[in-house]
Amino acid sequence: MGKGLIRLKLVFEKRDPVPVSYRVASPVLAVLLALVLGAIFLAASGFSPLGVYLEMYRGAFGDWYGVSETLVTAIPLALCGMGIALAGRMLLWNVGAEGQFHMGAWAAAWVALSMPDAPAWKVLPLMVLAGVAAGAAWALLAAVPRAYVGVSEIITTLMLNYVAINWIEYLVHGPWRDPASLNFPLSAPFSDAARLPMFGYTRIHWGLVFAIIAAIVIDLTLGRTKWGYEVKIIGESPRAARYAGMSIERNIIITMAVTGALAGLAGMAEVSAIAGRMTRQLSPGYGYSAIIVAWLAKLNPYGVLLVSALFGGLLVGGYSAQFLGVSAASVNMLQGLMLFCVLATEALGRYRLRIVPAAGSDGDSDADRQGARADG
Amino acid sequence: MGNSSMLVSILAAAVSSGTPILFAALGELIAESAGVMNLGVEGMMLAGAVTGFLASVRTGNLLLGVVAALLAGGLLALLHAFMCITLKVNQVVSGLALTLFGTGVSGYLGKSVIGVPLPNHFTSVPLPLLSKIPLVGQVLFNHDWLVYLSFLIVPALWYLFYRTRPGLHLRAVGESPQTADALGVNVFRIRYVSVVVGGMLAGLGGAYLSLAYAPSWIENMTAGRGWIAVALVIFAVWNPVRALAGSYLFGGVDAMGFRIQALGVRVPSFFLKMMPYVFTIVVLILITASSSKQSSRAPEALGVPYERE
Repeated sequence: MGKGLIRLKLVFEKRDPVPVSYRVASPVLAVLLALVLGAIFLAASGFSPLGVYLEMYRGAFGDWYGVSETLVTAIPLALCGMGIALAGRMLLWNVGAEGQFHMGAWAAAWVALSMPDAPAWKVLPLMVLAGVAAGAAWALLAAVPRAYVGVSEIITTLMLNYVAINWIEYLVHGPWRDPASLNFPLSAPFSDAARLPMFGYTRIHWGLVFAIIAAIVIDLTLGRTKWGYEVKIIGESPRAARYAGMSIERNIIITMAVTGALAGLAGMAEVSAIAGRMTRQLSPGYGYSAIIVAWLAKLNPYGVLLVSALFGGLLVGGYSAQFLGVSAASVNMLQGLMLFCVLATEALGRYRLRIVPAAGSDGDSDADRQGARADG
Repeated sequence: MGNSSMLVSILAAAVSSGTPILFAALGELIAESAGVMNLGVEGMMLAGAVTGFLASVRTGNLLLGVVAALLAGGLLALLHAFMCITLKVNQVVSGLALTLFGTGVSGYLGKSVIGVPLPNHFTSVPLPLLSKIPLVGQVLFNHDWLVYLSFLIVPALWYLFYRTRPGLHLRAVGESPQTADALGVNVFRIRYVSVVVGGMLAGLGGAYLSLAYAPSWIENMTAGRGWIAVALVIFAVWNPVRALAGSYLFGGVDAMGFRIQALGVRVPSFFLKMMPYVFTIVVLILITASSSKQSSRAPEALGVPYERE
């Protein structure tokens, strides 16, 4: 660069503490930022971003049917996200909600298919129990090695997703396939008694009640019980927790079991209320989207409920946008972008951006000491 | 088919199905050695696979496909580097975001080429003389150029890591960035370069799938290989040569599935498909259990953002 020019440099300065207003605004900012970035992608591939977003909004929130479908989609997201958020508080990464969801659905379906003549009061509670237990057990497969051997639960929970999905594929292509399904990979339909009731003329089902109860229970336990206190301390400082005599191993097991149970419950509700039979298309990746939901909600259970509704809208709106020729994958892309934007806005809140002249080499090293820099 | 030719065909298949994992694992190994964990491998592989395929279909040139895959992987890794090194966000969450984003982007970009045939793809080029060696020749030297490239990268990387100054600096940055910084090593620059080069290799691993191993584009065609690569780095205790051995081991498990069916053993294919994942979990547990007694050999500063005082 020429000598006469003053070089400018972007410098991030730490600011402490982060203003409360910013902490509240940052998730909103993140969503907006992601929408803007998504718009650039859409425009680059020849769509009118405004048109697509309007269509998505209309599809998700434009009429009562859209709103009800948005809530239907929000149910599995909320249940899975709640568990992920809970584990996240202990810095446990449950990337396996997708698998736990499928195992929960499998166990519930197994109950439903093996007692086709049982009345609802008998079969439904058993399905819930089976779903919860199977989801928890699936999570424990990763939790036990994590607690006692120290194996990264990120990789094991994720690997177990593929195992679970292949297991379902095997069943619907093999022993469970309904001869009447014309070779489609579907199980026989459940009896009416094994269908979780829906509200009115919508497809909104009892899973919504489960999710709301789960949020209240988790919030109360985290705030008011010894266990909640331990989870908090372990998340903040495992060393302090151990020093205080808390069993980290036991808490890992309990937390992961609960997170798996919630995902299993989501699978049970989905297969019982919505699908009514075992299929391989129960989830468009709810378990993965739920990770973003949990982080966008800042790991708060009520926040998860709220963000799930937004994400349900995103998915339902995404289906509508497909009529404009926008591919389903663009919604996944937008979700990934949102998680990045959440992280970025959160991080930027910790810093103040300043532009400083960086004339000579002395100035350079001075600016360097301010921490990270991002010069062009 | 004789027993020995069966063995040769399994071993050769282990090498080719281990190669995409090897590229990705080497990439992750570089980034982690410099102290940055990148869980976005799966996303970067998918981005590499789709851009490599797109570029090859559009231009008819495989080499351009490889270049595009390198760029795509590197570009996504740059995003991760910015998040983790400059903004110092949680590396696990950023990596997950990268995987989700990469999966979405690849599906988005690849929609137009699902089912489109590739005009030409990387085919086996038996190396003169070397491929004539009994057994070894057929297993190692009857592959495509990308496999041979991986043969070169492994020793080069080993040499870089353990015999050169830049390699020493890179490992120092991953072990103790404070010390490296005090000695005048540019921690930020080395971390950026390592993460981006790591991403390029992941992209290359993806391109190997779509241009050589299974010449086509299928959504989510990596099927968890990126995650297996992440696990493999732990298995390899951050050593490139062990990463090679591990990749072929996993490749062998992957390749075994088809062979078992070919032998007429009646196991449902879905169980065979589960094997690499189950194998990964079991190996990870065994490795972690056996190494937990000594101090873990992971880079000391892995996952910790560096902040200058």
